[in-house]
Amino acid sequence: MKAASAGGLSRRGFLAGAGALVVSFSLLPRLASAREAAAADQALGKVAALPGSLKDAPLLDSWIRIDADGGITVFTGKVELGQGIKTALIQIAAEELVVEPRRINLVTADTSRTPDEGYTAGSQSMQMSGTAILNAAAQVRTLLFGMAATRFDVPAERLAAQDGVIRAADGRSVTYGELVTGEALHVAAQPRSALSDPGTRTVMGRAMQRVDIPPKVTGGASYVHDLRLPGMVHARVVRPPSYGARLATLATANVEKMPGFVKLVRDGSFVAVVARREYEAVSAMRALAHAAVWEEQPSLPAQSDLYAYIQRLPSQDTVISGGTAAPSFGAGTIAANYSRPYQMHAAIGPSCAVGLLQDGILTIWTHSQGVYPLRTAIAEMLRMPADQVRCIHMEGAGCYGHNGADDAAADAALIASALPGQPVRVQWMREDEHAWEPYGSAMVSSVKARVDAGGNVAEWQYDVWSNTHQTRPGPAGYLAPAWHLQMPFTPPPPKEVPQPAGGGDRNAIPLYKFPNARVIHHFIPTMPLRVSALRALGAYMNIFSIESFMDELARAAGVDAVDFRLRYLDDPRAREVIVSAARHFGWSRYQRQQGRGRGFAFARYKNVAAYVATAFEVEVERESGRVRVVRAVAAVDSGEAVNPDGMRNQIEGGILQSLSWSLYEAVTFDHIRITSSDWGSYPILRFQGLPDSVDVYVINRPGQPFLGTGEAAQGPTAAALANAVADATGARIRDLPLTPARVKAAIGI
Amino acid sequence: MITLDVNGRAHQIDADPATPLLYVLRDHLKLNGARFGCGLGQCGACTVMADGRAIFSCLTPISVLQGRPIKTVEGLGTIEDPGPMQQAFIEEQAAQCGYCIPGMMMRAQALLERNASPSRAEIRDHMTPNLCRCGTHMRILRAIERAARAMQSGTARGAGGSGR
Amino acid sequence: MAPKHIGIGILAALVLTAPCRVQAGPAIAPIDPPARSSFDPQSLAHGAQLAAIGNCNACHTAPGGKPYAGGRALTTPFGTIYGTNITPDPETGIGRWSEAAFSRAMREGLDRQGRHLYPAFPYDHFTKLSDEDVKSIYAFIMTRDPVRAETPPNALPFPFNIRALIGVWKGLFFERGIWQPDTGQSAEWNRGAYLAEGLGHCGACHTPRNALGAEKKREFFAGGEADGWHAPALNARSPSPVPWTAASLYAYLRTGVDDLHAVPAGSMVPVVHNLAAAPERDVRAIATYVAAVIGLPTPERQSQAQQLLEQTKRGEISVARVDTGTSKAPEDAAPDGAAIYAGACGICHDSGRTTSSGGALQLALSSAVALPTPRNLIYIIQQGILPTEHEPGRFMPGFDGALTSGQLAALVAYIRTDLGKAPAWQDVRAEVEKIMQEKQQ
Repeated sequence: MKAASAGGLSRRGFLAGAGALVVSFSLLPRLASAREAAAADQALGKVAALPGSLKDAPLLDSWIRIDADGGITVFTGKVELGQGIKTALIQIAAEELVVEPRRINLVTADTSRTPDEGYTAGSQSMQMSGTAILNAAAQVRTLLFGMAATRFDVPAERLAAQDGVIRAADGRSVTYGELVTGEALHVAAQPRSALSDPGTRTVMGRAMQRVDIPPKVTGGASYVHDLRLPGMVHARVVRPPSYGARLATLATANVEKMPGFVKLVRDGSFVAVVARREYEAVSAMRALAHAAVWEEQPSLPAQSDLYAYIQRLPSQDTVISGGTAAPSFGAGTIAANYSRPYQMHAAIGPSCAVGLLQDGILTIWTHSQGVYPLRTAIAEMLRMPADQVRCIHMEGAGCYGHNGADDAAADAALIASALPGQPVRVQWMREDEHAWEPYGSAMVSSVKARVDAGGNVAEWQYDVWSNTHQTRPGPAGYLAPAWHLQMPFTPPPPKEVPQPAGGGDRNAIPLYKFPNARVIHHFIPTMPLRVSALRALGAYMNIFSIESFMDELARAAGVDAVDFRLRYLDDPRAREVIVSAARHFGWSRYQRQQGRGRGFAFARYKNVAAYVATAFEVEVERESGRVRVVRAVAAVDSGEAVNPDGMRNQIEGGILQSLSWSLYEAVTFDHIRITSSDWGSYPILRFQGLPDSVDVYVINRPGQPFLGTGEAAQGPTAAALANAVADATGARIRDLPLTPARVKAAIGI
Repeated sequence: MITLDVNGRAHQIDADPATPLLYVLRDHLKLNGARFGCGLGQCGACTVMADGRAIFSCLTPISVLQGRPIKTVEGLGTIEDPGPMQQAFIEEQAAQCGYCIPGMMMRAQALLERNASPSRAEIRDHMTPNLCRCGTHMRILRAIERAARAMQSGTARGAGGSGR
Repeated sequence: MAPKHIGIGILAALVLTAPCRVQAGPAIAPIDPPARSSFDPQSLAHGAQLAAIGNCNACHTAPGGKPYAGGRALTTPFGTIYGTNITPDPETGIGRWSEAAFSRAMREGLDRQGRHLYPAFPYDHFTKLSDEDVKSIYAFIMTRDPVRAETPPNALPFPFNIRALIGVWKGLFFERGIWQPDTGQSAEWNRGAYLAEGLGHCGACHTPRNALGAEKKREFFAGGEADGWHAPALNARSPSPVPWTAASLYAYLRTGVDDLHAVPAGSMVPVVHNLAAAPERDVRAIATYVAAVIGLPTPERQSQAQQLLEQTKRGEISVARVDTGTSKAPEDAAPDGAAIYAGACGICHDSGRTTSSGGALQLALSSAVALPTPRNLIYIIQQGILPTEHEPGRFMPGFDGALTSGQLAALVAYIRTDLGKAPAWQDVRAEVEKIMQEKQQ
């Protein structure tokens, strides 16, 4: 039984404030300062910002609806990517609404039903949606208590709630469903909420089992891939063999006679075949691919010359930190260059979408990370009004950023438009996903530091060259299928993502307190290969560079890697993750064995999000150059941990994925085509390569703002790995990935 | 017409005998567990069991499966009554996106039906054909070990439904 | 001849040929393991390249074991022999072997104590090495990480466990001596011959052996066996539908990708993996030499190959299109190889892409389909061909478990006759079952 919390303000008071957005209401002493703050804002004529995504969707019933029978629906503009967001949001709502989590039905992004929260990306779901729901739910609870107080003529603080029922001390009770009538929740949110006390939370901060796992392990329909609509037909696209390929001839007669053939869709060089049964569509696609003749141009650079090529391309150079004067590097300067190739999202389930054009409305079921921007792009591509397009999110396999999901949705849109009234399911093949998804940009960095006699950093300069890390639709020109239409759309010039988030320059500014740090972002608009957002964006490479270099500096100064970093950090939370990871690893008592070494790294994602420190032990096989992490330890601080196990899962996963990137992965290409077309040509981590253990320690800070966790481990992992290899072998490798050939070449015979 | 025994039930399938089992499971029988990952036998998302052996359903034509009992994740239990393997994966929260998980479970099931208490090294070796991109491997290993213990001691809840 | 009979024969030979036996040698004094600094870095680098060509780590490393630390089982008709620990560990490896001892082992097949070494260690090839090369290999081997690992004892039944009998074998079959160039041939041919005949010991697998396990010199490169796999003929009887050239041999050996013949499988996998680290010109030389031994194809064979290539390019090699209209009752019929091929293999092997673009070998061109025995094809279908762990490469999955023995036999037969257009193999079903049995053990 939870005691009455916040509120007591009458509904009328709320409504009176609805227009003004600034209202003070709380009767609890704890929030007196909030009331004062709000009053002060009012005096200044300032409109206080609504927390999280409430600022863009201020009505409470955009987020929470309560039915007459007490059923609670919570809406979010974010989507489940496998990061456990659905569960975490349910926990938040359940906590503040004082109901059992199972009562809550969470609806994720749907352009007809949920707020527009842009993309589920940048590890912002907890900050934006979590915060919005936290506050909206708290305010709904406050409202409900207020309504019950009126009904019972009893002060709100003498009421108690349990699982959707509010009770008075004398035993009278009323359900949420009975209280909420008509437009009761159709009110604007307030800037401040009477949030539950972090110290007494019973749902948030607990390891609640994820709501989506039971259906996933028992064959439940969980993904858009599982959607089956009556009359649904199956489509496959015959993808061009390279970006600029043009369809010269297509002999279609044989395909039309194949079993189950329904329709051939052709628009310029966009070719798709539709069949009754899925395998019939696959067979038809293969036959059609045989019968297609393409004109191709060599347009890709030489892979062996990639980094030099990138640095020769025109760039827009911005000093993002430090003055315009370049530091003078004289004696005592240490310098290093680092590189990172194109790398793939490589989702285990290739992209998929279902489209249906009916009664003038085009509905697309898609695993896109941003259904609202996607809707805009599809509407533009089809030259339709956006309000006649509806995009509904259903889960896909983990996407780790902008992969083929939006393009598959565009495929479905194009094909469904040619078959009105029939649901069309489009599934990408593995080769399609590998060759067509937008990659993480190839990047080059150079670091220079002058150290003084005491081995301290006196000057620091960091340069990073990169393409954009953001070509999400938005514009129809960012949908790959649109490039091949008879009336094609071309990608608009890419834009930079401004600091502090950054794109190629994400985490390029070191968190360390250096007396003089200059950071230059060389933004390269020309994209030889298709690129967009891949988990952590530029942070993966920038943290790899900075943390590898910090290690090189520490070695040169003869100082322990952990101590060296602590010298330059004041932030107690940064220091605590570092100390925690080192302690759990046993850093200070480590004994190096033959062929083994240890490495350390730290970063605060975007310098404003989660703190992560990693410590690894690796084993290097000299003859083959093969590296295996033996033991991985990490500490993470993401503010309040709504679902600590979910956080641990994200960090473990981030570590293993980043190890895969950092040890094995590089997209390959010749002058015309992408040649990484399957798991043979683009190997990723398998069970054989696993560490013996991965241990993640969560530092929970109840009451602190949520900080995004999902991408925070990528960069530190790469650096801790390279640092450990250097420790084990004496060989410093600065080019990702650390393939056996590279490691062997660095070690020597 | 080909008769397939899936999770103990016979199904008459009207499809080209060259059709890989995966498409019959999903498209004809509406079973979701076996998933399309690559269609090339390289990722294991499609893994099911036939005659107790783990196979790639994306590369096994139904013509070879007549008279050979096929088991999918739906045959390990239901959401109301999960079998020991499923329960173990739930307890260990061994999933992120979850797309690879049914394939993992079936490959693991094939191991445990022949080797009731494999070592971790044996499990890792056996699971190598299956890919996970989210990095859930450590939890998957723990879940398999947990399932092995549960199956050995017979303390698993329920017999694990008869499936569809 | 059964091994037992061979054994009795050898005992008899031992008695009768005492004067012709090669004697075991004197022991060579042990040394302290030499320091790395005592070796010239050039020699070390050269030795590394030579060890790559010699494929030393393949026989001297156990699966999942430390490099060169021994423990790998080699099955022979005479029993099982284990590759020895050749790391410079003083107790369990060769750390106490001087260069003279090492050289004697390579050239004469005697260990440091003077005992005969089993010719599974191909000193009948290594005897051809130059002094400089032996010296360089010694430098490389003695600077590897020492690993303490006892080599398992060989499992050889009587009388093959009597080392002294090797003396007889040597007397009959072993010719010592450094390689002598053929002045009538080019420098590249000679380099290739020196490497292939010496360090590369290609004939150890690709030349048939007699009942006593010695290579039949007169059937040089006529095809042999390794670990149950058939090692194809590399002479005029090379069975490949498209004749090999020096260029295609080079591509195969150096990159493991050759659209027109084969992808390395079985024992060739480590060979090709190692050759990637050898000097390019050496691999070219080996290719030149082997191409010369294969010789130029007859005009008839050349035109057949031409036709085949054109058919393949036009996509005329049939993809089995199963007649979808009929309702077959396959439970009554024998397994249909064509239907199995269409559903299991066609996805990759008829995708119209070449091996270098990620597709699979067109089987009409495949060497494995043209061999005198179905064994290699059966192994490949069962095990697949997987890239080196975590490295890029061709990836064919294995079908072990997916097909019953009858189905696999039908598939193999179909591939041979309908795609390979070659006369049916005998006893395919029996070979399939034998191979499936092997796996159980």
